[in-house]
Amino acid sequence: MSGGPGLGRGGAILLLLPVCFVGLFFVYPFVAILERGLGDGIPWETLAGAETRSLLWFTTWQALASTVLTLAAGLPLAWVVGTFRFPGRSLVRALVVVPFVLPTVVVATGFVALLPTDASRGIGPILAAHVFFNIAVVVRIVGGAWATLPRTTWQAAAVLGAGPIRRTREVTLPLLAPAISAAAALTFLFCFTSFGVVLLLGGPARATLETEIYNTAARAFDLQDAAALSIVQLVAIAIVLAVTGLLERRGGAVGQVAPEADVLRRPRRSERGRIAAVLLLTGAFLAGPLVMLAVRSLDTAGGIGLDHFRALGRETPALLVPPWQAIAWSLAFAAAATAIALAVGVATAIALARLRPSLLDAAALLPLGASAVMLGFGLLIAFDEPPLDIRDAWWLLPVAQSLVAAPFVVRIVVPALRSVDPQLREAAAVLGASRRRALREVDLPLAGRALAGAAGFAFAVALGEFGATVFVARAEHPTLPVAIFRFLGRPGAENQGTAAALAVVLALLTVAVVLVAERATGSRERMV
Amino acid sequence: MRRLGRMGLGALAGVVALVAAGCGGGSADDGGGAVVLLTHDSFAISKDVKAAFEQESGYTLRLLQQGDAGEVVNRALLTAGDPQGDVLFGTDDSLLSRALDGDLFEPYASSEQGSIDPAFAIEDDRVTPIDHGEVCLNADRAFYAKEGRRPPQGLDDLADPRYRGQLVVQNPATSSPGLAFLLATVARYGEDGWQDYWRRLRANDVLVTDGWQDAYTQQFSGAAGSPGTRPLVVSYATSPAAEVIFAGKPLEESPTLAIEDGCFRQVEYAGILRGARTEDGARALVDFLLSERFQADVPGTMFVYPVRAGTPIPPAFEQHAIRPERPLSLPPSTIAERRDRWIEEWTRIVLR
Repeated sequence: MSGGPGLGRGGAILLLLPVCFVGLFFVYPFVAILERGLGDGIPWETLAGAETRSLLWFTTWQALASTVLTLAAGLPLAWVVGTFRFPGRSLVRALVVVPFVLPTVVVATGFVALLPTDASRGIGPILAAHVFFNIAVVVRIVGGAWATLPRTTWQAAAVLGAGPIRRTREVTLPLLAPAISAAAALTFLFCFTSFGVVLLLGGPARATLETEIYNTAARAFDLQDAAALSIVQLVAIAIVLAVTGLLERRGGAVGQVAPEADVLRRPRRSERGRIAAVLLLTGAFLAGPLVMLAVRSLDTAGGIGLDHFRALGRETPALLVPPWQAIAWSLAFAAAATAIALAVGVATAIALARLRPSLLDAAALLPLGASAVMLGFGLLIAFDEPPLDIRDAWWLLPVAQSLVAAPFVVRIVVPALRSVDPQLREAAAVLGASRRRALREVDLPLAGRALAGAAGFAFAVALGEFGATVFVARAEHPTLPVAIFRFLGRPGAENQGTAAALAVVLALLTVAVVLVAERATGSRERMV
Repeated sequence: MRRLGRMGLGALAGVVALVAAGCGGGSADDGGGAVVLLTHDSFAISKDVKAAFEQESGYTLRLLQQGDAGEVVNRALLTAGDPQGDVLFGTDDSLLSRALDGDLFEPYASSEQGSIDPAFAIEDDRVTPIDHGEVCLNADRAFYAKEGRRPPQGLDDLADPRYRGQLVVQNPATSSPGLAFLLATVARYGEDGWQDYWRRLRANDVLVTDGWQDAYTQQFSGAAGSPGTRPLVVSYATSPAAEVIFAGKPLEESPTLAIEDGCFRQVEYAGILRGARTEDGARALVDFLLSERFQADVPGTMFVYPVRAGTPIPPAFEQHAIRPERPLSLPPSTIAERRDRWIEEWTRIVLR
């Protein structure tokens, strides 16, 4: 019995919420825009053209290369935070999320500043930026799984005479395979649909499917070609998700899980050097662009100072409201988005967890593969008349953010629910508990740590969301990334400095949110 | 964990209630008192000016900013006849024909129309000119002072090997100033001559970025705080004034200067969207955009110039920015007809 006991009536009702939500805010608008675009037929010449092939090729190989590099850069740190107890461990795990939620445009400027001018555009910077952004995915998913590997298996292998390399190859890696595969799939997905990084760091001759869809739809206004390319992108992502889904399934169910406290240990003297090296090297790589940012936020006309932060309280032509209000709006919208994402994501997760691991799990990530600009266009034409004229409703903003955050919740909560020992549920049933009561009193409390982790991650994702937010944000309610974008778009030292100060605030908020989420979980939560 | 279940139900109930409110209310929730302005990311208005409009007209002004001017027009085309707002502001000459052909606007002759400087008046009564800005070359003063050389005097100089590796421009396929600069070269060198000019620019190691921001704040050496190394950039006639106003300290002279030759004029228009929810509010807003109060506000907020004759310009603009006397321009219909072809040709010549 590796899977759950089947969906059941309760599960079917639970699925109603996410199905309605995704159907209304994702499938319906997306289909509407594809219909409009392909009304005059499918542009076969575009689909079969050499240009589409080369786009697909470049998109795929840069995403593959980015994924491999991100794994290579992230696994050592995942080992450190997944194996050892040391002062500052929570902080390291929180800091690593910062790049993930910072707006691309902010990080890209930090990157450009670090690179020599003649090497600041092209494939190298794209790959480096992708590693920078996605290292959090690897460290948190794999590191989280590492921290729950049962020591007993490892010790047994040691007793049986297996050396450290053999133990890693034959015990650790197979047990980690599902987590590594999940992290790789997510990273690949983000790099495949990468937009800002490719636009800003690729130089004008580089294009991926996502940037080309954007240019075709939003600039050239050729909806037919844009629709065709969006389908190519979605199909490509569906294939990738299906393949990794199959791999994960073959990797087997997540084994018995030990509480983290039993697993983490103090480093041995002989290991300290290696740990320090990993922390320093990864730290230096991640800190570079962030330090550039902090320096810029403090670099004022009168020398080093806090002028740019003081300016956050003042009126400015760039925004209708003083910049500090963007902080308040960001927090409010992210909180609402987190609530929606949790409701939708947890309902999906409970339903999925009752089923055998299947391709449905992978399908939960599919919305992340849709082109943001086409979805935005779709929302415009799908909800353009009563009874559904909701195009300029304020709550569309947290809804849009939650569409991006909910897949993470599903991804984090499903494995946690599945790892709940079925015997506990059966015991509850024998003792007369209804299925709903068993869910409430057995499953959810046991998955509680994953839930809190998911909430923190969803909050951070919503906080940093830009692509969807910018199109639904009202001028009087800017979020931090939107405000940063407005300031960056204006000449003058003060505007650039204010943008840097806001970005520093966003980074600090992210660290705080993730740390609080970790505290709420007793600092021993499991996946991500 | 009981709470969590409730939270889920609560959120569901909330979504349902809001959808219902959206359905039932439709325009009613803020319709009565709100006029919605669809515009681009660079739009800005002073708080007191906005308040003045709201007090005088009785309408609340709401802004929907959805990307650059081109994206805003495309979004409006997508919803033509059933628009997201009442007035669209920010259509410039290079987009005007596309917007008009798409039948976006209702005709309206503003009562303030007589005040417009004749240089900007337009025959078509579906749109009203509101401001104009010029896309001009900007140069880094310190760079040329240090080299002991003159900055280039205009377009011709850019192809001169003495200025090799100094210019950064934007991709006309993805950037509005980039397109304006391409149009400037078409206007100057002619429909059969600009190609050769750009081949020479390419040979002179011109750098192309996707957008203004990357070019100006990252590659151009003259902008405050920029790590850039190129002393020439395509920006606006008013950018040097912005460098002074937002320097964070008093400056005698702007670190940059705008070059008079090769400037391309962009007039920005407003129009009442066909199917606007409140036509009265839309008319009041267009009148307001032409009023003395708003017109005097545009240099300080958007770094463009007013079209209303006799509107005072802030001193920083008189001192540090330029107001090109004879900027280059092309008829909107020509732009509409040939833009895509020019961009394709440009891409082949400069990028491939």
